Amino acid sequence: MSDTAIHLVMGNEAIGDGLLEAGCQVVAAYPGTPSTEIMQSIITAKERAGGPLHLEWSVNEKIAFEVALAASYTGKRSAAIMKQVGLNVAADPFMRTAYLGTVGGMVTVVADDPGPHSSQTEQDTRLFCLQGRVPVLDPSSPAEAKAMIGPAYALSEKYRRNIVLRPTTRISHSRQNVALGAVPVMNRPSSFTPDPGRWCATPAFLPGLHGALNKDLEAISREPEWQPRLTPGDGSRPGTALVASGIVYAHLVDLLDELGLAGTIDLYQVLMPYPLSPTFIERLRADYQRLLILEETYPVIELQLAHPGAVGKQGGAVPRVGELTPDAVHAVLADFLHLAKPRQTGPAQRGQRPSLCPGCPHRAAFYTIKQTFPDGIYPSDIGCYTLGMNLGAVHTVHCMGACISQGAGFYQAYRLDGGDFPTVVVTIGDSTFFHAGIPALINAVLQRARIIVVILDNATTAMTGGQPVPHLGVTAGGQPTTAIAIEPLVRAAGVEFLEVCDPYDSRALTRVLKQADAHIRSDDGSVAVVISRHPCVMDPAAKKIRSPATAIITDECIGCGTCVSEYECPALSLNEEEGRAVIDGDRCIGCGTCVDVCPVQAIEVKELS
Amino acid sequence: MKQQIIVSGIGGQGALFLTRVIAQAAVDLDIPVMTSETHGMAQRGGTVISTIKVGPFASPLIRTGQADVALLLWEDNLGVHRPLVKDDGTLVINAEGAGPGLRIDASGIARKLGNAVLSNLVLLGCAVRHQALFCDQQACAAAIRKLAPARFVEQNLQAFYEGLNG
Ligand code: SF4
Ligand code: SF4
Repeated sequence: MSDTAIHLVMGNEAIGDGLLEAGCQVVAAYPGTPSTEIMQSIITAKERAGGPLHLEWSVNEKIAFEVALAASYTGKRSAAIMKQVGLNVAADPFMRTAYLGTVGGMVTVVADDPGPHSSQTEQDTRLFCLQGRVPVLDPSSPAEAKAMIGPAYALSEKYRRNIVLRPTTRISHSRQNVALGAVPVMNRPSSFTPDPGRWCATPAFLPGLHGALNKDLEAISREPEWQPRLTPGDGSRPGTALVASGIVYAHLVDLLDELGLAGTIDLYQVLMPYPLSPTFIERLRADYQRLLILEETYPVIELQLAHPGAVGKQGGAVPRVGELTPDAVHAVLADFLHLAKPRQTGPAQRGQRPSLCPGCPHRAAFYTIKQTFPDGIYPSDIGCYTLGMNLGAVHTVHCMGACISQGAGFYQAYRLDGGDFPTVVVTIGDSTFFHAGIPALINAVLQRARIIVVILDNATTAMTGGQPVPHLGVTAGGQPTTAIAIEPLVRAAGVEFLEVCDPYDSRALTRVLKQADAHIRSDDGSVAVVISRHPCVMDPAAKKIRSPATAIITDECIGCGTCVSEYECPALSLNEEEGRAVIDGDRCIGCGTCVDVCPVQAIEVKELS
Repeated sequence: MKQQIIVSGIGGQGALFLTRVIAQAAVDLDIPVMTSETHGMAQRGGTVISTIKVGPFASPLIRTGQADVALLLWEDNLGVHRPLVKDDGTLVINAEGAGPGLRIDASGIARKLGNAVLSNLVLLGCAVRHQALFCDQQACAAAIRKLAPARFVEQNLQAFYEGLNG
C-alpha cells in the first residue's frame, strides 16, 4: 500500500488510521455503535504499525479508560474508545483524569449518536467534557477527524491532558476518499516515574491540581491551531454570521452551496467547542448583532458564547431533540435568513422494524420464557436481544447491566406486599453479563432476590458485529488467551441454582425454567441462573456446521397468523389473500424453532440436498 | 460532476456492499465521494438507507427532494424514501410486478444464480444499463473485483452482468 494512495474509508477507519499514524501504541475499547469499527480497523491495519501494539476489547469502558490511562503514565501514546453512553460507565476515572492529567499523549474517542440511531440517549459528550473540564474536538468529516488526531496528541502532550475526539454517527459511518499516511516508529520505552502527589492525589492536593487545570484550559482555549475558522462572506449580510460545529457544519456548507448562498455570509466552524476561545467570544460580541448557532445535540457553544443576538437551541429556534439533518438545518436557516420555506413533506411511512434474525436463538428463548411465565416480569438489557420487545418478552431496557438489579428491585418491591410475587425473568447477553452484570448478580444474591436470570449466551457481541467475549479465549487480535467461563463466575457469586440449556430445545428449556421457578420459590430460595446457550446465527463457524434445511407450510395451515404475530421470524409472513402463512426460502435457515408455535402443526422442516 | 444517490433496502440485503461498490467506482474515477450508512439495531432486518454523494460535497446526507437516483432493493420502502428523490429523479426498483420506475426482478434473477443477496448487484447492473449513474460498466466491474471476496468475484460479476443485460 503506497503512502499517498487514496482510499475509500469509513469515518471510524479513518480515525483508526489516524491513531496509528499518530504513533498510538495502546488502544483499549468496548464495542458500541457507532464507535465499534475504530478498534476493528486498528486490528485489521496493525501490520502497518512500525512497532508493537497493545490492542484490547476490555470488558467495559471504565476498564478501557484506565488501561489507556496507565499506558499514558509510562509515556506511551494511548487511546480509549467508546460510545457516548460508554463514557457514563467510564465517568469516574474520566473526571479525575481531568485533574490529575496524563504523560504520554492520551486521546479518548467518544462517538456520539444524535438521533439517536442505536443508543439509549442522545447525550452530548461535548457537554460532558464541559462538566468534566476536558478539551473536546468536534470534526465535520471523516478526513477532518483523521487530520485532528496528530495535533490532538501534540496538544495532549504539551499540556499533559487527556483530549477527547468526538465524532458522531454520521462521521463514524460515512465513507470518504482519504489518503493513508506513514506510521511512525515511536521508540518510546515505557518509563513510569512515581509521583504520589499527582497519581494518588488525596484531597489535600486537589485544589492545586484543579487550579493548574484551570490555567491550562485558559491556555488551550487560546491555542492558534484550534481557533474557530472563518469563511468570510461578501458583506451583503452585515452584522450576521453562522456558527456551526461537527457534521452540522458540513450540512450547512452543502446547503449554502445548493441555495446559492455560499460566500455571502460570514461562516465560522468551531473545531474545539470546549474550552471555547475567549477571543472568538469577544469578536462575535463586537462584530455581530445576529448569530445562528448550529450544533448537535446540546447548546454547548451557545452557552459559552452567551451572545445576546444568538439564535439557537436555547430559544428553541433550533430543534432541541433529534439529529440536525440537512432538512432540519434547511428549515432553521430559512427562518433565520428569511428565505423561502422548504417544501413541506408529508410524514414518511414507517419502514420495516428491526427484528431478530431468522433462526436467532434469542427468539426461541424469549418465546419459551413467555410461554412458561405468561404473567412474568421481564427486565432485559442492551444488545440484539433488546428486540425481544417485539415478542413481548422484554419489559425494561435501561443501561448496560441494569436488568439484574432492576429484576431484583422488582422482586424486593413485590416482597414488601407479602403474599405471592410474580416470576421475574431477567434476560442478559453474555457480553453485557461480563460488562456490568457480575456486580449486579453478586448484589442480587446478597439480597436474596428471588429472580431467574437467563444469560443469553450466543458466544459473541452480536449487536456490534461479533467482537470476542471473555469466554471465547481470544483477544482483540485473535490471539489465544485464557477463556473466562461463565459458570464458575456464576457459582462464585453464590448462585445455587445453575442450569445450561440449548434454547432450540424448547421442551428442555421449559423444564429448566420451571425448576428455576421452583427454586426461587423454595424456602431458602434465591437467584436462579439459566444459561441459554446457542451460537449466534451470524457466527461463521456456526454457519458452517449447519445442515442446509428450510421450513415449509403444509396444507394443514388454517391461516391463523399465530406464527407471524407470536414468533415474528422475518422469514415468516401471512399471505392474506390465500389465507395461509408463507416462508421465504431466501431467509429461512431451517432452524425448526417455529414448528412448535403452530397450533395445528402446519410447519415442517425439510432437509435440502 | 455532481450526483446524489440513495440505496434503500432492509438489513441483510447487501445495501452496504452496493453502496461501497458505487463509491469505489467514484474513487477509481478520481471523483470525491462521501457516503453514509445505517448500522446497529436497524441492520437487524429493519429498513436501511445509505446515501452516496459524488462530487465536491461536504456532508454525506441528502436533503428532501435532492437525490438524483434511488436504488431500491425492497419495494415497500418506496413510501418511506420517495420524498428524498427529485420529482424527475430516477427510481430503480427490485420488483416483480408493474409499477413506477425502472423495474427488474433482481431477487428472482439472484435466486437463480444461487444467492438472493446478489440482487444488489443485479439492481446495479440495471441502473448502469439505463445510464442512471455517473459511472459506467467498466468502473462498476472494476469496483466489484476490488471489493468482493476473491472466491465470490465471478458470481458477483455475473449478477451485475445479468442486470446489465436485462
Ligand atoms: S425454521 Fe422457522 S424460525 Fe427457523 S428460520 Fe425458518 S421460518 Fe424462521
Ligand atoms: S403455519 Fe400454523 S401458526 Fe402459521 S398461520 Fe398457518 S396455521 Fe397459523
